[in-house]
Amino acid sequence: MNAMNAMNASAGPVSENPDWDSGTAELGHMFKPGELDLSHKVVLYLEEITVSFDGFRALNKLSLTIDAGELRCIIGPNGAGKTTMMDVITGKTRPDDGKAFFGQTLDLTRLSEPEIAHLGIGRKFQKPTIFENHTVFENLELAMKTDKRVWRSLLALLDSAAGDRIAETLRTIRLTAHADRLAGLLSHGQKQWLEIGMLLMQEPKLLLLDEPVAGMTDEESERTGELFLTLAGKHSLVVVEHDMAFVKQLGGKVTVLHEGSVLAEGALEEVQADARVIEVYLGR
Amino acid sequence: MRTIGLSVFGWLLSISCAFAAIDPALLRPLASDGNDAKIAAITALTDGAQREALPVLKAMARGSLALAGDRVVIVDGQRVIDAATNTEIIPAPEVTESIGINNRLRRELASTLAALRLFSSDREVRWEAAQELASGADAELLPLLEKALASEADQEIKATLRMAHAQGSLGSSDALVRLAAVRLLGESGDPNLLQLLGPLTEKRDGNWIEPDSAVRAAAGTSIRAIEKRLAFAENVGRAFTGVSLASILLLAALGLAITYGVMGVINMAHGELLMVGAYSAWAMQSVFQAHFPNAVDWYLLAAIPIGFLAAALVGVLMERVVIRHLYGRPLETLLATWGISLFLIQVARTVFGAQNVEVANPVWMAGAIEVMPNLLLPWNRIIIIGFSVAVLAAMWAILNLSRMGMFVRAVTQNRPMAGCVGVPTGRIDTMAFALGAGIAGLGGVALSQIANVGPDMGQGYIVDSFMVVVLGGVGQLAGAVWAALGLGVLTKFLEGWTGAVVAKIAVLVIIIIFIQKRPQGLFALKGRFVES
Amino acid sequence: MSSSPARTPFIVRLGRSFDARSWLLVGLFAAFALIAVPIMHLLLPPENPLHLSTYFITLTGKILCYAIVAVAMDLIWGYGGILSLGHGLFFALGGYTFGMYLMREIGRDGSYQSDLPDFMVFLDWKELPWFWTGSEHFLWAVLLVLIVPALIAFIFGYFAFRSRIKGVYFSIITQALTYAAMLLFFRNETGFGGNNGFTDFKRILGYSITAPETRVVLFGLSALALIGTLLLARYLVSSKFGRVLTAIRDAESRVMFIGYNPLWYKLFVWTLSAMLCAIAGALYVPQVGIINPSEMAVANSIEIAIWVAVGGRGTLIGAVIGAFIVNLAKSWFTVSFPEYWLFFLGTLFIVSTLWLPQGVVGLYRRLRGRQTSAPDSEPAAAAQGPSVTTVAAATPVTKGAGA
Repeated sequence: MNAMNAMNASAGPVSENPDWDSGTAELGHMFKPGELDLSHKVVLYLEEITVSFDGFRALNKLSLTIDAGELRCIIGPNGAGKTTMMDVITGKTRPDDGKAFFGQTLDLTRLSEPEIAHLGIGRKFQKPTIFENHTVFENLELAMKTDKRVWRSLLALLDSAAGDRIAETLRTIRLTAHADRLAGLLSHGQKQWLEIGMLLMQEPKLLLLDEPVAGMTDEESERTGELFLTLAGKHSLVVVEHDMAFVKQLGGKVTVLHEGSVLAEGALEEVQADARVIEVYLGR
Repeated sequence: MRTIGLSVFGWLLSISCAFAAIDPALLRPLASDGNDAKIAAITALTDGAQREALPVLKAMARGSLALAGDRVVIVDGQRVIDAATNTEIIPAPEVTESIGINNRLRRELASTLAALRLFSSDREVRWEAAQELASGADAELLPLLEKALASEADQEIKATLRMAHAQGSLGSSDALVRLAAVRLLGESGDPNLLQLLGPLTEKRDGNWIEPDSAVRAAAGTSIRAIEKRLAFAENVGRAFTGVSLASILLLAALGLAITYGVMGVINMAHGELLMVGAYSAWAMQSVFQAHFPNAVDWYLLAAIPIGFLAAALVGVLMERVVIRHLYGRPLETLLATWGISLFLIQVARTVFGAQNVEVANPVWMAGAIEVMPNLLLPWNRIIIIGFSVAVLAAMWAILNLSRMGMFVRAVTQNRPMAGCVGVPTGRIDTMAFALGAGIAGLGGVALSQIANVGPDMGQGYIVDSFMVVVLGGVGQLAGAVWAALGLGVLTKFLEGWTGAVVAKIAVLVIIIIFIQKRPQGLFALKGRFVES
Repeated sequence: MSSSPARTPFIVRLGRSFDARSWLLVGLFAAFALIAVPIMHLLLPPENPLHLSTYFITLTGKILCYAIVAVAMDLIWGYGGILSLGHGLFFALGGYTFGMYLMREIGRDGSYQSDLPDFMVFLDWKELPWFWTGSEHFLWAVLLVLIVPALIAFIFGYFAFRSRIKGVYFSIITQALTYAAMLLFFRNETGFGGNNGFTDFKRILGYSITAPETRVVLFGLSALALIGTLLLARYLVSSKFGRVLTAIRDAESRVMFIGYNPLWYKLFVWTLSAMLCAIAGALYVPQVGIINPSEMAVANSIEIAIWVAVGGRGTLIGAVIGAFIVNLAKSWFTVSFPEYWLFFLGTLFIVSTLWLPQGVVGLYRRLRGRQTSAPDSEPAAAAQGPSVTTVAAATPVTKGAGA
């Protein structure tokens, strides 16, 4: 029984903590503890992040800010540190040095993966990772934003509102007909869509998408682009992509990573004209 | 060995030295009644003549000294030899009375004989004699020891003789002599001296046993010095047994470091591969006993390749029949190889019987090196340490220098890519597994020399071997070595305080806690490859 | 925020987790264990062909306890993907904690006629160690059975799962834990009877432990415990908790990135699984009449995994079937062909991992899938049936693997 109590007590990712109010009141604006503070219109700050593995610097003093509601594309050659950057933001990798803040107040380097997910950062992996032995419906159910502690899961029942939300997402990702199929049986493109659907069910404030259209047909990827464009504004999106046509379709600001730091930043045309970027991509 | 050396030496002595006759008046008291008179006679004899007295005293120690009328003679089978001139008396006179000895005399004769050997021209003989005397000399030998000291040139022997002399001097009536002796003895590391020096610091019936306070104080200092040296030797001894245990752990775990560490195959039948190696040693012993009884001591050399091949063959079968189909499914591999281990245990029971079999150490592995009086390093342990280092070196060389090792590393790092560039991945898997199994077989051959060989022996090593590999960090040969060393030495030092079982439990608990802190082991791989 | 109105009472939802056919089966089983067995053992005379012998009661009662362990193992391994090689430890701990009570119930009827258990007299101990305090009370013993193994599992699991130890690493670490515990219990000084453990029990709650009535009651309790375990497990795996658990098994990182903390999910099922094992152990000891450290041997814990593998991982009924198949085979082999038991068991390990990944239940489903016209028939009823097929399937492989 003590197991239960402990779980209930500490499983809440960022529980109500009264000390936070007094400690941060002098910042001069109101915010709720443990919630995203977008008062400066910036959703993500990365400052001088350094990560090294056995002497190899995967990230080298990387600094990056993402504005609230922005749709940002990140490009860069293999080994530029794109995946490692996402690992740092989602708590999978702890940086050796540097700061990572979600909004004004939430220090990402101190939080675990589930805590960060709970705060509102969703992540799509390069290789679609879904629960292959669950049905499409169950995949979405598991991802749905709700209390995700053990005790709640033990007693959870689906209410009609939740059912409606899942049905709506199923329509969005065009998998309504496959709701009761095992997710492992879907095609590659459908799996990508399901993963995006799971992200939507989480209702995140910031979406990190690692090569979301890899393996999709042109038509599918165009529709994905449209979906992302509708999401932008309400959510912030960071898209890592190699497919330049897709990047062009999204049309937002582009950041070029190279050897673990930012090489160039700006509109796609500007970046494509940058001599250093050309050198990195084409070799000398 | 020693008796042979002694008689050879005696023989050499008798032909190489000009033999001066002994005054029969010195010999006659040897036949007197009572121990004290005889001891006095011995002392007198050795005082006057040294080399010449040797055959007489040896004969006396043998009990073949006798009286023929008034003449002291040595009886040698049918011959009777005049003790004074060491020449045969022809015709042999009738022996009237034999000169008997008891234990006290025998001891006395032994140390006197040792003292006499101090004058040998052979350094080894002198060295042995000096060592013998250093562990128990008494006052009667002092004159002899002084003479020997005066003539001895070798510094090492001289130091030992001084120790012997100091022991003899403890009974001196001169306090200064005793003081010097006590101080000198403080430089020794012999635990027996503690019994000798101890009484000097104690009281009996309210009086100090040692009247002189300076000697008492010096005795106390010397005792502490000796105890410190003893403690040091004990720690060195523990470290040695720790390293020895480490070498055994390493031999048991090295094969696993390839199959699990490099290939990622959880082989729960690893202990049974050790068993195969150990039974190979037993089989070779039986073959040698039956066919080459003269060379039976060298069966172990034949067992090394046989053990390797037998275990490697079993490994190939295991890999081809079962493990091959389970790559990438570690938990299933664990269960299937456990099944194989049960199978092999039963095979061993059926073929060799359920009882343990006897595997004897060859003669050249028996015995020990004495580093200090209380520090013996057994040869079999030393040889096993050396063997484990050799196996380690061979394995390192195979993995890092040979073409096959390069293939193995290539396959484990990137299987599809290795396949693409033409590495026969399937065959490399089999060969790598066979190599790991063969090394386990070598470990088994070594284990047969110090542990029981029976069908269940493998089960005892499986937990330990996995602990070594897991603690060292998967894929890390150096990690396995450090982990084995650490575990071996830690276990032995803990055993000193807590006893064997508690030490073992404590070590397991320490490992479990350590793994919580460093889940990747001592030598962790970092970066992208960790998750995969 | 809360998506769980829990309007339906929990007990009703528990009931709903079984379908009608399963309820029927459970009812039949309960009627057999609680009504038929007492009648057939106590009332029918030994000559009657329907009479159940003491041997049957003891053997089946023992296997019922094993089946509980198998279901507990299936929860953590089949559904959670965590292969524990430490379940023998929790089983034995349950047995030991309840065994302490049974030792105290001997009273002065031991060989030394002392208030202390015989082994303590033998060791020349003058009083009970502190951890034996209160062991004469039945309820305290039951409480300890529920708490002690669970607490140990909780603490160990917390640190292991927090450090993200998983897969084979976790298996090896649990194996080391069990091995260490076995060494500890082998020591006389530990206070649990050393090598010999606890035996020579006389009474339980004042009733003779060897009386046929007591045996029947213990048998019935074991059956009830198994039904309870199955019900609870069924509820768990069909709840959202169960879906999260299998999700953790299949893609743990994805689970984390959608906001579940796998630590608490794993810890819950791990601790629960340990508790179930402990209950099984506590029921096992009075029926078998002995508990000693060899129950903690590494081999025993791995054998539990093979029960589940043979029956079919990830199906609860499979775990029960597997426990019955392997243990019936064991009691048959060890009597008739003791020298072939290890061959059989070893082969079973290999065959079930190589060719029967879904176990007997999976095989049955596959066969039934092939002949689509076959009417509903229940695998659970045929506990002994499949064992024959397994043996038959195993024989040719024995030759192959042994060559």
